[in-house]
Amino acid sequence: MTLDLRPDPLGPGFDVPGSEIRYREAFNRTLGDELRRDPDVFVMGEDVAGGAGREHLGIIDSWGGAFAATKGLIQEFGAERVRDTPISEAGFVGAAIGAALTGTRPVVDLMYFDFITVAWDQLLSNAAKNRYMFGGQGKIPITLFARSGVAAGYSAQHSQNFYSMVAHIPGLKCVAPSDAYTCRGLLAAAIRDDDPVIVCNHKKLINMSSFVPDESYTIELGKGRYLRRGSDVTLVGMSYTTEVCRLAAERLAEQGINAEVVDMLSLSPIDEDIVLESVTKTNRIVIVDEDTPRCNMASDIAALVADKAFDSLDAPVKRVTGPHTPVPYSKPLEDAFIPSPEDVVATTVALLGA
Amino acid sequence: MEITPEKLRWIYTTMYRIRRFEEVLLEQTALGKSMGVAHTSDGEEAGPTGICAHLTDDDWIASTHRGHGHCIAKGVDTAGMMAEIFGKHTGLCKGKGGSMHIADFTKGMLGANGIVGAGIPLGVGAALSAKLKGDGSVGVSFFGDGATGEGTIHESMNLASVWKLPAIFVCENNHYAESTPVEYAVSVADIADRAASYSMPGVVVDGMDVFAVYDAAGEAIARARAGEGPTFLELKTYRYHGHFHADDPHTYRLPEEEELWKARDPLPNFERRVTEQDLMDDVEMERIRNEIDQEIQDAVKFAEESPLPPLEELYTDVYVNYSNPPQGLR
Repeated sequence: MTLDLRPDPLGPGFDVPGSEIRYREAFNRTLGDELRRDPDVFVMGEDVAGGAGREHLGIIDSWGGAFAATKGLIQEFGAERVRDTPISEAGFVGAAIGAALTGTRPVVDLMYFDFITVAWDQLLSNAAKNRYMFGGQGKIPITLFARSGVAAGYSAQHSQNFYSMVAHIPGLKCVAPSDAYTCRGLLAAAIRDDDPVIVCNHKKLINMSSFVPDESYTIELGKGRYLRRGSDVTLVGMSYTTEVCRLAAERLAEQGINAEVVDMLSLSPIDEDIVLESVTKTNRIVIVDEDTPRCNMASDIAALVADKAFDSLDAPVKRVTGPHTPVPYSKPLEDAFIPSPEDVVATTVALLGA
Repeated sequence: MEITPEKLRWIYTTMYRIRRFEEVLLEQTALGKSMGVAHTSDGEEAGPTGICAHLTDDDWIASTHRGHGHCIAKGVDTAGMMAEIFGKHTGLCKGKGGSMHIADFTKGMLGANGIVGAGIPLGVGAALSAKLKGDGSVGVSFFGDGATGEGTIHESMNLASVWKLPAIFVCENNHYAESTPVEYAVSVADIADRAASYSMPGVVVDGMDVFAVYDAAGEAIARARAGEGPTFLELKTYRYHGHFHADDPHTYRLPEEEELWKARDPLPNFERRVTEQDLMDDVEMERIRNEIDQEIQDAVKFAEESPLPPLEELYTDVYVNYSNPPQGLR
């Protein structure tokens, strides 16, 4: 089943059996579905089993992955397919790439998105480039997932959103689900895709709930969705900033401003069409990206609009982003770092007044 | 370890094929026929030959920037290799990889790799696949002494050990990381000593003697296939030419040292052994050399006469599936 998210996710596509579940449960359920569906799929990463190899002490699945992403899977699929790794990102990501090149489909837990830099050479030099530099030989059906985003005092080294680093690299794909529903569909699509895909799970989304169909489904990589229709301005979100845009749109509506919310979902490939279609209609655009401002996804989408929709703009393209600083620890500083609905409302109101 | 007559002929043919390929490639590079950088491995022929003598097309090897010998020992076609280095569309990677990225998945060759140490975990990943699938194959990671300073070797050895993978680590210690001597950059006299830290056998092997390599590799690979885990082999060897085609090694190596190593050349070493033991004769070996000389000349002709890649190839093979075509993004 593939649900048609365009034009409206709350439309007929959702008329299926399902329930409200948390993002983390949708994620865990999808991993189980995919492990069951395809014997070549396996999961590896730090603490994904947690206690694997200590069954003789009655210890198994103590953590089940950070945020319990993989909890319960080892009981059904065993320690070969739910494989704990040493803290050794370059080694196990490299091994996963080698395993993918030789016929398996690894799903790798990087724990925090920030740790991608420790494995970066393997992703950049091997996962992204091998197929090209070998003239089309081999494929790398590897899925990497990690917790991203600013939240709860994780501070400078456990909070970053390196979306644009990944999107910058030809050969890598990147998805940023914004709720439990899109998490399930995008994760399933990522695992079934034959290219390397990085799945960003924002910490603030992990405990949020939304409607998720019971039956397994995929969401096409490279397609965004409209979360709300409007005619005055386009608000573009990705991952948790989609929620920020949704909240901002509700407040703008109270002021009589009718905002359209575009949820990017995929950052590479990226859905250029949905951005251009929306801005051509609203003539104004505010892009909300939690990443730092230089060379981020918001900059890339702004360049797209300047290049391909310049004539339809009635006002400058605006970006609401984090500042050009590391992520701070203390709550008031952390709050000041994060693009908030208030920031988006203020930027939009100023834009419409211009 | 017993060697069949067929295997002996294969060993001699393979070592001589590597030697001639590298020599002819350097000549062709001097003529401007190669389109980029080439790192040659003449002098080191015994290593890849003695290892790959035990492997089939179902086993995987991961290689290095100095990968021609690994390719040839794994059965990769020399004409396709030469065409690749000449930047031609008939090259094994359509002219998109070059010398540093030659791969042939049909032969279990996971690719040469331009980042020092980056190929090592790929070989471990192949061993992980083998374990998950239970197909009895092995994964071999080749790397040089210079790569042993990289984190990937240590992470890979630890992974292979704790997961008891059918992996073989082959360190080709040619005594120079580019121009830096091993005794300056590596903290131990025998790199194989480091295997003890990862609870696997570490064996120092005369990398100029194909029989010594053959024996050590046979044991390591049998161990891996039997599910007994990884082995680390350190092959003491020497590259006859510079780090890359335009490098003059005499800026950092003494001629006396080179003469000492060349006196142990793996090819005459082999010829003497098989002649003494009446296993092969001069006539047969000369016939093999003539055949290979012709093969490599044919490879050059094939590469020269082959077409360049069409410009559309710039955009292909980036992804299996991607909704934004790369040519649309600029």
